[in-house]
Amino acid sequence: MSDLSDLYQEVIIEHSKRPRNFSVLEDATRTVEAYNPLCGDQITLYVKVHDGTIEDIAFQGSGCAISKASTSLMTQALKGGSEEQARLLFDDVHTMLTEGPEALERPEELGKLEVLSGVSEFPARVKCASLGWHALKSALDQGGETVSTE
Amino acid sequence: MSDSAAVLSIEEAAGQPSAGCFDVAALREQFPILSVRPYDKALVYLDSAATSQKPQVVIDAISRFYETHNANVHRGVHYLSERATEDYERARSRVASFIGAEDPAEVVFTRGTTESINLVAQSYGRAKLQPGDEVLVTEMEHHSNIVPWQMICAERGARLRVVPINDRGELDLEAFEGLLTERTKVLALAHVSNVLGTVNPLPALAAAAHRRGAVVVCDGAQAAPHLRVDVAALGCDFYAFSGHKMYGPTGIGVLWGRRELLEEMPPYQGGGDMILSVSFEKTTYNELPHKFEAGTPDLAGAVGLGVAVEFLQDLRDRGLEAHERELLQYAHDKLGAFPGLRIIGTAKDKVSVVSFVLEDVHPHDIGTVLDRYGIAVRSGHHCAQPLMGRLGLPATARASLGCYSSREDIDALVEGLHRVEEAFA
Repeated sequence: MSDLSDLYQEVIIEHSKRPRNFSVLEDATRTVEAYNPLCGDQITLYVKVHDGTIEDIAFQGSGCAISKASTSLMTQALKGGSEEQARLLFDDVHTMLTEGPEALERPEELGKLEVLSGVSEFPARVKCASLGWHALKSALDQGGETVSTE
Repeated sequence: MSDSAAVLSIEEAAGQPSAGCFDVAALREQFPILSVRPYDKALVYLDSAATSQKPQVVIDAISRFYETHNANVHRGVHYLSERATEDYERARSRVASFIGAEDPAEVVFTRGTTESINLVAQSYGRAKLQPGDEVLVTEMEHHSNIVPWQMICAERGARLRVVPINDRGELDLEAFEGLLTERTKVLALAHVSNVLGTVNPLPALAAAAHRRGAVVVCDGAQAAPHLRVDVAALGCDFYAFSGHKMYGPTGIGVLWGRRELLEEMPPYQGGGDMILSVSFEKTTYNELPHKFEAGTPDLAGAVGLGVAVEFLQDLRDRGLEAHERELLQYAHDKLGAFPGLRIIGTAKDKVSVVSFVLEDVHPHDIGTVLDRYGIAVRSGHHCAQPLMGRLGLPATARASLGCYSSREDIDALVEGLHRVEEAFA
């Protein structure tokens, strides 16, 4: 059995208390609302994309520690990177959350996001950790609309 | 099959006749699941408002039905079919007497509260609602007492109106009076709120609705396990509840309705058992309650529910309500003293549930940490999103009591909340 500390790693607690890029992005080119009806988590993701580069990214909303920390870590990882890198990262994080870290081909690519690996042992919480990432996917795919993890 | 649903032996009962001596330890022995040890911890089950656990007598009754009497009801002429029909109809009579209904034909078996309310909305609502009519619900309703009315209102051009609540989680009675007009055709409300625990003053509300000519549909899912329900005294026209929240099986529930209303209502679903005769030209519907029970019902479920209501009645005679109220007060005192904890729902008359939030920890995180200490609570919006909006909260954590709940459970919850605080310190 995995321990609570595998889920609530220090980095996660810290990011949930002091989320990074937690603001409204006035000049966002894409805005996505994401909602988890199961627990009432709600976030708005703002992305500013120019020439395939994520120049800025931020979010607002309310949620549990896992969803807040996951989204906060996501914004840090993506800022300044390309849309293509963001897509690859989405796939890796999705695999890590749903199948576990051992299913990753290149676990080293995840960097700091590795702290989310414990979530896969808590099936009830995978949707929390995925919420921001689904918002990202929607921003990349359609240019923004409301998404739900249910 | 045995009709006995005794909880304690005669000897034990003789020694402990009064409400103050409700013997939880002996009662817990009757619930096999309470010996499950999640993560090798003692189970602290505080989620009975979601579903209650089942006593051995109910589990046994279901098995015995399949082992000894199973056959389809109301049709075979053979031995087993007659036994099964007797069992099924005996269960109906037991439920009728449990809720003070004189006529068992007014008791319709359904899949649960949700189906019961949908039945009224789709049958009574579709037949009676006209454009411009109003259906009055309250801000504290479960989605299952909102959405069926939204659906039929949209179809019939009727309007859904909402009685607000005050900050304690009680209905705003002045606003209620104002919203109740000659356009109001249905008042649909919870007897007890699943989030706040508020007991609504049904008799007075029903009397007011009747003066305006509205029928009263009551969601009794959270009341039936905790309060004595007497449909005549409550004054409602329809009363819906679920077996699984009152120590019975899942998949079976009840709609009680006044005979003259049920008589004039069209069937909800068509099929076998709900007809007297069928030809391609004309079908004649069966009499009550079979008109509303199309298809083979959940026979074993009904039998289990019949035993569950006797089990519950027996507990009531031994002082269950006093025990639960005392325990709720204990929970309020203990949780109310917890630093940074806010209790949501402080109605003067409340039962069975304590919703709460912590200052710095999201309810979902509370739930996950408590789970690892063997403590089962619910966290989320509790299928009452409009209420959450009114409260300005995305979610709450909710501890809910059952007959087997004890002070030790509450103490364990408080201890668990200290662990939650530690995890997020």
